[in-house]
Amino acid sequence: MKLPFLPNHDDPSFFDFLTQQHPALTPTGRSGALQAQVSAEPARGAGSMTVPQATTVLAIKYQQGVVIAGDRRATEGFQIAERRIEKVFKIDEFSAMAIAGAAGPCIEMAKLFQVELEHYEKLEGVQLSCEGKANKLGQMVKANLPMVFQGLVVMPLYVGYDLKRAEGRIFKYDLAGGRYEESDYHAIGSGGKDARNTMREHFLKGLAEPDALKLALLALYNAADDDVGTGGPDLVRGIYPTAKIVNATGITDVSDQQIRSIYDGLIATRRSKEN
Amino acid sequence: MPMPYYVSPEQMMQDKAEYAKKGIAKGRSIIAIEYVSGILLVAENPSASLYKISEIYDNIAFAGAGKYSEFENLRKAGIRHADLKGFMYSREDVTARSLANGYSQSLGTIFSQEMKPLEVEILVVQVGHNGQANEMYRISFDGSIIDERAFAVIGGKSEALQALLKEKGFTQPPELQAALALCIASLDHIGNQKLSLESLEVAVLDRNRDGRRFRRLTPADTKQLLSS
Repeated sequence: MKLPFLPNHDDPSFFDFLTQQHPALTPTGRSGALQAQVSAEPARGAGSMTVPQATTVLAIKYQQGVVIAGDRRATEGFQIAERRIEKVFKIDEFSAMAIAGAAGPCIEMAKLFQVELEHYEKLEGVQLSCEGKANKLGQMVKANLPMVFQGLVVMPLYVGYDLKRAEGRIFKYDLAGGRYEESDYHAIGSGGKDARNTMREHFLKGLAEPDALKLALLALYNAADDDVGTGGPDLVRGIYPTAKIVNATGITDVSDQQIRSIYDGLIATRRSKEN
Repeated sequence: MPMPYYVSPEQMMQDKAEYAKKGIAKGRSIIAIEYVSGILLVAENPSASLYKISEIYDNIAFAGAGKYSEFENLRKAGIRHADLKGFMYSREDVTARSLANGYSQSLGTIFSQEMKPLEVEILVVQVGHNGQANEMYRISFDGSIIDERAFAVIGGKSEALQALLKEKGFTQPPELQAALALCIASLDHIGNQKLSLESLEVAVLDRNRDGRRFRRLTPADTKQLLSS
């Protein structure tokens, strides 16, 4: 591979570098080929293609930062495509992203966004601000718009710890790249509405970390209860939703053990109501 | 009809090499040295914000001596190369050897084809983990590439420094503290004046770290390390 020695290219964005120098590697790179296919068969337009879809993910602010969590199911039509897909990604030391939509492009965008932030940090010698990262992600969602028309939707939910403001922040996006900040909590994906309903009932400002984590898992449980696309805890296989915590000390994974014990408590409470 | 001047290729290359060497000789020196758990890089650099040493990838660091604008462009090219390769394939497929080859190709082409050669000398180092050996490559303005062991020096007084470090005759890599003290003493000795810690740029590739192994040491860090 030839060294990309480009004295006149002075752009710290990896995404722009790919777009200009290696367009085939960008998420929209494949749209050229797809375009031809779609226009040749207009009847099989957007949405008729079945690709694995990742669903419900959510984020909740608490006193010291943000909890971000997601279920583990991907569906393909009426089939379960994947039982242990990971939808919450560490992006850098102080931010994470969760995804809903077409699984492949979603994972690709998360990976590209990781490289994007690291690339910027190495070239410029400083990290992007929390706001800067959120805006950059918005531009990447916007660039994905041609894929949306072909049925490959990518919906990110982005959380970061803003070191300057000393608080956790949540950003949601629309398909056109619009970026909106949420003040308390948010959920997206097929079970997003169900998860939001649960959070609306139980959310309080300044929750403690264990309470916020418990609420996140409860919201996912209720979403799985009402939405076929969302996977609940799989007790037989031992598959549980995943969660990460972002605060001033950085990003930490919540251990499987901890999530399991919270679900054990939750399920016991539910069972007692049935009798 | 006026005849164009004839300059023999030997003469042209010699002139270019002399020109580049003169430019590099003006710059200050940078030392890379293997220590017990990684590679230490020490540069004489009066600026606290314009770096000569930089992170390229998880295990790989870069150092450049000579003209700032020129090695800065090379540094950026290296980061693009590494990030692109890591994105296309996998993080473990990014190697110092392929990067050093890329640098060598680019510098060689510029040296032979452009009017003005680049006045730079660069180092590409990679810390080995899981029992692999460290790798250190020194690449000159003409694209020649030298595989170094134990230590590598680039910049102004590199020959004198190399001779000085060679005398030490490393059999075992030293501890970090000893390696740092040795680098500072050598730079002091060559420069005939006492260096302040503020005018040093220090960084390590520490194989005991996870993920990105590059870390800068601030003057406060180096002071604490030297006094411990």
